[in-house]
Amino acid sequence: MLALVALVALPPLLPKYHLEVLISIVFWAYLGIAWNILGGYAGQFSFGHAAYFGIGAYASTLLLLRAGLSPWLGMVLGGALAAAFGLFQGYLSFRYGLKGPYFSLVTLAFAEMLRVVAVNTKAVGSSLGLVVPTTQEAARLFIFAGKLPYYYIILVMGALALALTWKIERSRLGFSLAAVRENEDAAETAGVDALGTKLRAMALSSFLTALGGTFYAQYFAYIDPTITFGPSVSIGALLPAIVGGAGTVLGPVLGSFVLTPLSELTRSALRGRAGADIMLYGAVLVLVISFLPQGIMGFVRERRMRGRA
Amino acid sequence: MSLLEIRGLSKRFGGLLAVSNFDLGVEAGEIVGLIGPNGAGKTTVFHLIAGFHSPTSGEIRFKGASVIGAKPHVICRLGLTRTFQIVQPFAGLSVIENVMVGAFNRERDARAARQAAAEIVDFVGLGPRRDAPARSLTLSDRKRLEIARGLATRPDMLLLDEAMSGLNPTEIDEIVKLIRAIHARGVSLLIIEHVMQAIMALSHRLVVLHHGEKLAEGAPAEVARDRRVIEAYLGEEA
Repeated sequence: MLALVALVALPPLLPKYHLEVLISIVFWAYLGIAWNILGGYAGQFSFGHAAYFGIGAYASTLLLLRAGLSPWLGMVLGGALAAAFGLFQGYLSFRYGLKGPYFSLVTLAFAEMLRVVAVNTKAVGSSLGLVVPTTQEAARLFIFAGKLPYYYIILVMGALALALTWKIERSRLGFSLAAVRENEDAAETAGVDALGTKLRAMALSSFLTALGGTFYAQYFAYIDPTITFGPSVSIGALLPAIVGGAGTVLGPVLGSFVLTPLSELTRSALRGRAGADIMLYGAVLVLVISFLPQGIMGFVRERRMRGRA
Repeated sequence: MSLLEIRGLSKRFGGLLAVSNFDLGVEAGEIVGLIGPNGAGKTTVFHLIAGFHSPTSGEIRFKGASVIGAKPHVICRLGLTRTFQIVQPFAGLSVIENVMVGAFNRERDARAARQAAAEIVDFVGLGPRRDAPARSLTLSDRKRLEIARGLATRPDMLLLDEAMSGLNPTEIDEIVKLIRAIHARGVSLLIIEHVMQAIMALSHRLVVLHHGEKLAEGAPAEVARDRRVIEAYLGEEA
């Protein structure tokens, strides 16, 4: 509760650099929350969420540049497009029983495919990418002068996504997702439509991820194929969830609050030694995954459950 | 019209005819035992009825409607579900959460599902373990959980695949009592079992499967006297 008040009240007082880090934390937490619905709750380990992220970023930006459509609207359209793409991809994979690492590889392949297509398509700016015009501040066009409005936008997006996850977890869908994750055959005998459940998770997860893509485009005012469709977004979306606790409501948030500052710190501390920050970051990840395989929240939940057993 | 009607059911896996021209009817309110030596095709019959395999040929009707090609969850919602010989709990979920997954078939609302699940958890005798993670249960409790999850879908017919295997005599007696209580709730049962004493005592009718074919069918006492059955099955142990 105190943390929540702090998140809402403190940022106006922060210096610019700290505000940027905070935006980064909330942004990666948001993507983690979106990934968590499919990867954590449904147990379908996507390695290619960049596909939906990129679709969202490109859809809203192209609609703005070519048709003058407000990114607020483009955001929703991009989300719908990403969900449609996710459903197509999910149907193909799940219909033919792709599970575990095979599903991960397919998602990775789809994201890479979109990246290559974007690089080679002049109409979407090829490898040069697209610049979002920011000459004048216009709330209607999702363009603001300072960083603060962006912070509150991503904070609200994160809070809504979190509330959605919380609601899902307690609903019939949440139980279906957990059942499918734990054991698909047993889920089916208990009356759970495994395919339908996974597709629902896919649609929600890809939709939310695409909204994050639009936010990114508006915040940084520049996108290119590597930034948006590249593997770093896919990894950035899954890491907070896994480190914080996949399949838990708060996991991705905790994960991002640990990982994002860590990556910022290692980067600034080891400035000048190229790659050293990534090595340190990697070492911390290895430690977390070997000692907390269920993530931070998973560890807490396990202890609590064992207490009752 | 029988509750479950199977006509001319066959299933071929490559060169192996696992089930061959099998007929079976189960009436509402009946307990039917399906027995036979290992590899006779009993579990394959369960897989076919519950929708995990499609038959090579033949017809399966539940409440008069064909269920060929229907997925297990559709068949479950029609009122027929099964347990697995090798128990398959949702290991990461608690006992009550496992059962709630089944209860959500009839209850949309989480609170109602929890209530219905709690009643069934108590009914199968897992009340004291309600909030324990499923992975911490003993085999005997896992077998109960498997039954509870099936019951929570409120089936008209339950297929039990070796609910007693691996249990000690005391635990077997408890499962026999539980099966009787389930029957008393108005659920018809088709049971695969190797514990002969239990299946003889429980079943109204026994069906013997051997090499995928029906060898004999009738009242338990009759079947136990059948020479072919003794040779094929009981004879192995005598």
